[in-house]
Amino acid sequence: MTKNPEDCMYTKEHEWIRVNGKTGTVGITHYAQKQLGDIVFVELPKVGDHFDTNESFGTVESVKAVSEIYCPVAGDVTEINEAVVNSPELLNSDPHGDAWLIEIKIQNPPDLEELMSAEAYDEYIHDEAAE
Amino acid sequence: MTPPLMSDEKIRKARTHVNQNEALIFERSMPGKRGVALPQCDVPEVPPESVFDQKALRAAIDDFPEVSEVDVVRHFTRLSTWNYAIDLGMYPLGSCTMKYNPKINEVVARYEGFAQSHPYLPEVLCQGNLKIQHMLGECLKEITGMDALSLQPAAGAQGELTGILIIRAYLQSRGNPRKKILIPDSAHGTNPSSAAIAGYQVENIKSGEQGCVDVSALRDAVTEDVAALMLTNPNTLGVYERDLLAIVDILHSKGGLVYMDGANMNALLGVARPGDNGVDVMHLNLHKTFSTPHGGGGPGAGPVAVKSHLEPFLPHPTVEMDASGTYSYNFKRPLSVGRVRSFYGNFGMLVRALAYILTNGPGGLKQTSEDAVLNANYIRSQLKGIYDLPFDQPSLHEVVFSDHLQNKYGVTTMEIAKRLMDYGFHPPTVYFPLIVHGALMIEPTESESLEELDLFVEAMKAIAEESATNPDLVKKAPHNTRVHKLDEVAAARNPVLRWKPKKT
Amino acid sequence: MRYLPKSDSERKHMLQTMGLESTDQLFSHIPAAIRLKRPLQLPAPYSEPALLEFFKTCAAENATGMVSFLGAGMYRHFIPIVVDHLISRTEFYSAYTPYQPEVSQGTLQAIFEFQSLMCQLTGMDVANASMYDGATAMTESALMAQRITSRTDLLVAETVHPEYREVLLTYTRHLNTRVRNVAFTESGQVDLDDLKKRLSDKIAAVIIQSPNFFGNVEQLEEIARLAHERGALLVVAVAESLSLGLLRPPGQPTGDGQPVADIVAGEGQSLGIPISYGGPVLGFIATRDKHVRQMPGRLVGQTVDTGGQRGFVLTLATREQHIRREKATSNICTNQALCALMCTIYLSLLGKEGLREIAIQNVSKSQYAISRFKTIESIEVLFNGPRFNEFVIRSKERRKFSDRKLWKQKLVGGVSLKRFYPRLKNAELLCVTELTPKVSIDTLVDLYQNG
Repeated sequence: MTKNPEDCMYTKEHEWIRVNGKTGTVGITHYAQKQLGDIVFVELPKVGDHFDTNESFGTVESVKAVSEIYCPVAGDVTEINEAVVNSPELLNSDPHGDAWLIEIKIQNPPDLEELMSAEAYDEYIHDEAAE
Repeated sequence: MTPPLMSDEKIRKARTHVNQNEALIFERSMPGKRGVALPQCDVPEVPPESVFDQKALRAAIDDFPEVSEVDVVRHFTRLSTWNYAIDLGMYPLGSCTMKYNPKINEVVARYEGFAQSHPYLPEVLCQGNLKIQHMLGECLKEITGMDALSLQPAAGAQGELTGILIIRAYLQSRGNPRKKILIPDSAHGTNPSSAAIAGYQVENIKSGEQGCVDVSALRDAVTEDVAALMLTNPNTLGVYERDLLAIVDILHSKGGLVYMDGANMNALLGVARPGDNGVDVMHLNLHKTFSTPHGGGGPGAGPVAVKSHLEPFLPHPTVEMDASGTYSYNFKRPLSVGRVRSFYGNFGMLVRALAYILTNGPGGLKQTSEDAVLNANYIRSQLKGIYDLPFDQPSLHEVVFSDHLQNKYGVTTMEIAKRLMDYGFHPPTVYFPLIVHGALMIEPTESESLEELDLFVEAMKAIAEESATNPDLVKKAPHNTRVHKLDEVAAARNPVLRWKPKKT
Repeated sequence: MRYLPKSDSERKHMLQTMGLESTDQLFSHIPAAIRLKRPLQLPAPYSEPALLEFFKTCAAENATGMVSFLGAGMYRHFIPIVVDHLISRTEFYSAYTPYQPEVSQGTLQAIFEFQSLMCQLTGMDVANASMYDGATAMTESALMAQRITSRTDLLVAETVHPEYREVLLTYTRHLNTRVRNVAFTESGQVDLDDLKKRLSDKIAAVIIQSPNFFGNVEQLEEIARLAHERGALLVVAVAESLSLGLLRPPGQPTGDGQPVADIVAGEGQSLGIPISYGGPVLGFIATRDKHVRQMPGRLVGQTVDTGGQRGFVLTLATREQHIRREKATSNICTNQALCALMCTIYLSLLGKEGLREIAIQNVSKSQYAISRFKTIESIEVLFNGPRFNEFVIRSKERRKFSDRKLWKQKLVGGVSLKRFYPRLKNAELLCVTELTPKVSIDTLVDLYQNG
């Protein structure tokens, strides 16, 4: 099992956010990509779009499933990762690294406290897998 | 290394045989070849440039096929041999009702009076077509217990949309169209998408432990906001919703309606009529229950039938007969939801469906449902214990197993399905309904003999055995088909959706 | 019953293996209150000869052996015998949707060829596996344009087939959409001034038909420019798809590289499919690559198998209802695969030269007919736009002959336009194709002239 990086915060919907000052990069977790299988398509928003906490900002698709991706905390999109749009398979090979999805300007930093640490998320997916 | 093929002794239904390779029609093209002799033009030929602006014209289409009649016949005949077909054997796709397509239906639908008739013929010149629509309508009303219907919807999904639009128009006429349609989580995906086009929010209802509608959960969900419940009955597990009368009462008591998805009517011909049991509106799939060919994915036909209170809202025109036996269209229907398709729907399919009903007669239709249910239950009894039966209560025309017992060997539903091809069968419906993990949904229909059913049972048993003893053989299936497992991931990541000439 | 391959003793044996005595027990879990307690009241079973006789009689109650001038969305064209012969192979017509590609390569490759041919005909990058008919294809294109532009409203030309417009209204009525008509000019084409006036930043698409309902070819480039200036898409419906063998494909950019149609939708019945009283026929949609994910309906794609051989699969299915449910691009589940196959075989047979030649024959026939009608004092040939195989005439005085007289001559006249356009009184839409003999045109002209 790949370890979930400790420099990220996690959601129950299996997104991560890596905070860097006032901005954060957002992606989906190793666990999420594994559940989906081979990812064939990624749809991302435009720079400048605003999303609330837990609002869907895009979708990832495998051959036979579509999954919404939710914004871990509210903010404005400052950058999107074109590389992952062009090569969705990156999400399978490096979900916590090269396959980041968007960068957002965090609207309200205290929102981050609602998210899980890597350790808490490990436990969360362990329980979910056991179900 | 490719695993060894099964010996012919073990696979009794099929063996491998040579089939022809065939390129794309474009790749067979050769300048100067022709496949057709056109009619002689008996008026002076007019140069197109004299009629149209040069910019409105095109040059001959580059790379359009140029082939002879023989090339075309060989090409498509070869392609045809790459398909499985109902006339080759059992096609047990659950919820699809792959029954025999009678040959006589194909003949009568091609009679010149039908096949060459134009939809704008004056009524007096197409009484035969009107009569067929009227007569089919009467038969379908008797079979369903409904009061009126429209034959216009081109397919089941369009029948659903039409039905929901009718519900909306009816509720609107009473002052409030309401907001929501309730749909059980076992339903076909067309149900929620049809409801959405009709402008409704969709609320999913969780199935109860038996896989049926949970009546008490339904009671909580039905509010004054609910326009209707869309109910597939028998449901996608092949189980009759035994609480139907209570379900209908719950909806009606709150002013909501009941829509029945008639996809599974093949279990009910002469057995039970939705219209007698409080269903307000339903659709039928003529390409399922009434034997019109599936055609590799269409055309279908999805008539929508209603009780009398919904009659004013049916699409226009409707077909009527006067006292003298003359038929006509009624376009003056001010409350109608409008038109859902041009002309009168898939008329050619209506001819076939009527031929099927008339050939069967009332006794034949009832025996059809009985045999369909007998066949499904026979398979169920033979495979129970060998495959997991997640909802173990009496079922009708189809049976849903899961791959649970094979999972411990790492074998999944898709792999079992693919392995069935090696045994000469089309696979069942897989991974549907969604409420069953790893579903294998088997609907044999009435068209299978005992011998064919036994071969299928034998194949399924052999695959269960292989899953335990040689799982790799199953996992890498199919081995005997023309092409092996196809790369669907590559197809979706880099879509190639048309032929293009190689750049030279 | 000959469709039920079982003897009573086999039924009994099957029941016994289940520990049952009668089939009725299999239904016993359906509450008695729900069961039907009487036999269905339907006609007694017809024998094979009786059934043939019955349908022969019905068919004979329709007009046969007549030459008709009816078009208006359904066209009588020559169909080579080979088409029906090949689609009558049970492997094509009795197969299901090709969800299991390894045993459906025949259907899949044929659909791939269909998609390719429709791209070539329309000048587009991508075409789907087909829709129900022209009306629903056009309607679904309008919904597609709404998704692409995130706009709500639609402009539809009055020269679009009236039944297509009705279907558009039925589908959009509850989707927060305003649909407005665009008027037509004396030439029977879209009124560009009216279009300009009605365009706004809310318009998702301008929907036109070309050749239009009156048979006239629209000014695609001018309409496209106006639509695109306001950020609207242009949907071009084609009801007489044989015209695509001769006319500039709507998907082809202008000489200076400006896009024309963004979506081409239409009816493929003209391409090898019997009229069959209006159905089953063949809707199609074609568009640019960039819009493919907003397309409704099935798509077949090329791929390879584990051994590296070429093969075909249904693809990009995540747009569809069985996966995306209420968020799907459409509720469509079937396509018209067998009709698409007819079209594919037809176009293969006609080929590059044949398609063009037959299109030119249609133009020649309509030019001949128009020239004959123009000689009649009491007849006005309306709308002078360029025409493919249909045209509108108006009688200035009472028609000199009864319908009965016409029918006696084994002719069926055109479509009266009053029903669809109340202000076009005494106007009739006539269609001539390669199957309309010159002598029939002459006879009709003679009737109008001399009664």
